[in-house]
Amino acid sequence: MSHTVFKPATLVTLLVLAVLACVPLAAHLADQPFYLAFFARIMIYAIAASALNLALGYGGLVSLGHALFLGIGAYSVAIPAFHGIDNGWLHLLCCVVVCGVVGLVTGAVSLRTTGIGFIMITLAFAQMGYFVFVSLKQYGGDDGTTIAATSKFFGADLGQAGTVYWVALVLLVLVLWWMARLRVAPFGMVLRGARQNPRRINAIGLRSVRYQLAAYVLSAVLCGVAGMLLANLTGFASPSTMTWMISGDLIVMIVLGGIGTVFGPLLGALAFLGLEEVLKMVTEYWMAVFGLAIVLIGVLGKAGIAGLLDGLASRRPASAPAKRAAPAAVTISKPVGEQA
Amino acid sequence: MSALQTTGLVKRYGGILVTDNVSLDIRPGELHAIIGPNGAGKSTLINQLSGELVSNSGGVAFHGEDITSLRIDQRARRGLLRSYQITSIFEQFTVRENVTLAALGAREHGFRFWQPLLGRADLAHQADEALTACGLADHAQAPAGDLAYGQRRQLELAMALAAQPKFLLLDEPMAGMSVQESQAVVAMLAGLKGKYAILLIEHDMDAVFALADRISVLVYGKVIFTGTPDEIRAHPEVKTVYLGEEGIEA
Repeated sequence: MSHTVFKPATLVTLLVLAVLACVPLAAHLADQPFYLAFFARIMIYAIAASALNLALGYGGLVSLGHALFLGIGAYSVAIPAFHGIDNGWLHLLCCVVVCGVVGLVTGAVSLRTTGIGFIMITLAFAQMGYFVFVSLKQYGGDDGTTIAATSKFFGADLGQAGTVYWVALVLLVLVLWWMARLRVAPFGMVLRGARQNPRRINAIGLRSVRYQLAAYVLSAVLCGVAGMLLANLTGFASPSTMTWMISGDLIVMIVLGGIGTVFGPLLGALAFLGLEEVLKMVTEYWMAVFGLAIVLIGVLGKAGIAGLLDGLASRRPASAPAKRAAPAAVTISKPVGEQA
Repeated sequence: MSALQTTGLVKRYGGILVTDNVSLDIRPGELHAIIGPNGAGKSTLINQLSGELVSNSGGVAFHGEDITSLRIDQRARRGLLRSYQITSIFEQFTVRENVTLAALGAREHGFRFWQPLLGRADLAHQADEALTACGLADHAQAPAGDLAYGQRRQLELAMALAAQPKFLLLDEPMAGMSVQESQAVVAMLAGLKGKYAILLIEHDMDAVFALADRISVLVYGKVIFTGTPDEIRAHPEVKTVYLGEEGIEA
């Protein structure tokens, strides 16, 4: 790890985290609470994207249904709150158990297929979840429900913008740290090995599908926790959180930031939501410009923003390793740290 | 007791009998070669032995234990390791990562979420031994995808060795290698002989006759003869079906 600390993507990430730590003070001084909520949202999506990156980037499991878990996380705050339960630990327990069980069942079924089949099945499960929550009229149906009692931990209210902001920041840092460790720990190596060559993982004595399922479940639970934070931030839970567009957004964030990289999901979430916000201010046709920007970044750097940043650094000494990013795009994409 | 014993192993693809009632008995420490013309079902047989293919009937016993119903990962954990004819490595990992992962796989699970894999001294030791044995010690840091063809074949072998196997199933380890590379592998296998039991599929007849303790001849999925290299050379039927009329110069 010691040499990776100095890579540009890492430096930029540390810078971003430092800026994020200053946002609450700046927003307070400028009397612009909007920015607090805006950056909290970015961090929450960065956590969700990191969670998906575990399955999609490390494991090669292209799930188009991860919004389901974001939604379940949101409703594990909303439904208990509807019944007057504001104990955050119970919300968390509910979120972890439900996401874990749903992840286990949908993952076990989805992993019977690969490729397009896997994408379609995860999408189908997410759509099923969407319609289940749309049909729950007592919790607002497709209008969603306002959360009257947000999660309370040790007397702290996660519904306060400042509290949820700091919780999200700390959780994000922990998640990024863990993702960096996990990537080269046995679990991450087996998982990334199974992405490249599942047959060989089996042949060396490890059952690849077991590791993929574990990654899928971990990813689901972590995504659920992000959903919990999101519900507390917005004070609202709605089935629209579970639509496949949100699942797609998460994938775009990862692709934008760099599939399979540690910091890609954060950089991608920041670029995605930041760009969206900026373009919205400039033009009402922001989606058209946004699409172009995504295409551009996609074409420029196969390994996303993280790859682009690290590529800049390795180009300077004019050495060979920078070249290697290209052929890797033939598979999913070359996880950038690989050549370190 | 035999190291690996098969009884009446059968594999059918539709109406085609690819493995026809194969019964083999390989002793501990023996290097047993399987030869046969293309399409004889050699790779299918290895896939059945390693557990990648489910047999239609027949049984496989490994050191006395019935392993017929075990999956490939379960067989690998018992020390029955295979290499592939078509190189099957982790292209995006370094050579060292490939071999260390193989060393991990055979003895423990990978559900460890914090300490780096390469930080494991015991696995590193095994990996280093396998790399040195296969002549890859100087390339440990290279990405496996950057290796030359012959080196990939060496890595393929190193991965099987790093798992500290009891039994090696080698599917044409010298396929596509240059003469020098083949000779290096022959020398290496000669060094391994006796340490592990080895089932070797190989088209390079010089290598087979130099290395094997016994040879089985597979034709149309059927073992037509099993014997020492000398017996094989002398056998009239083997001469005609496989070695050609002239046979092999002794």
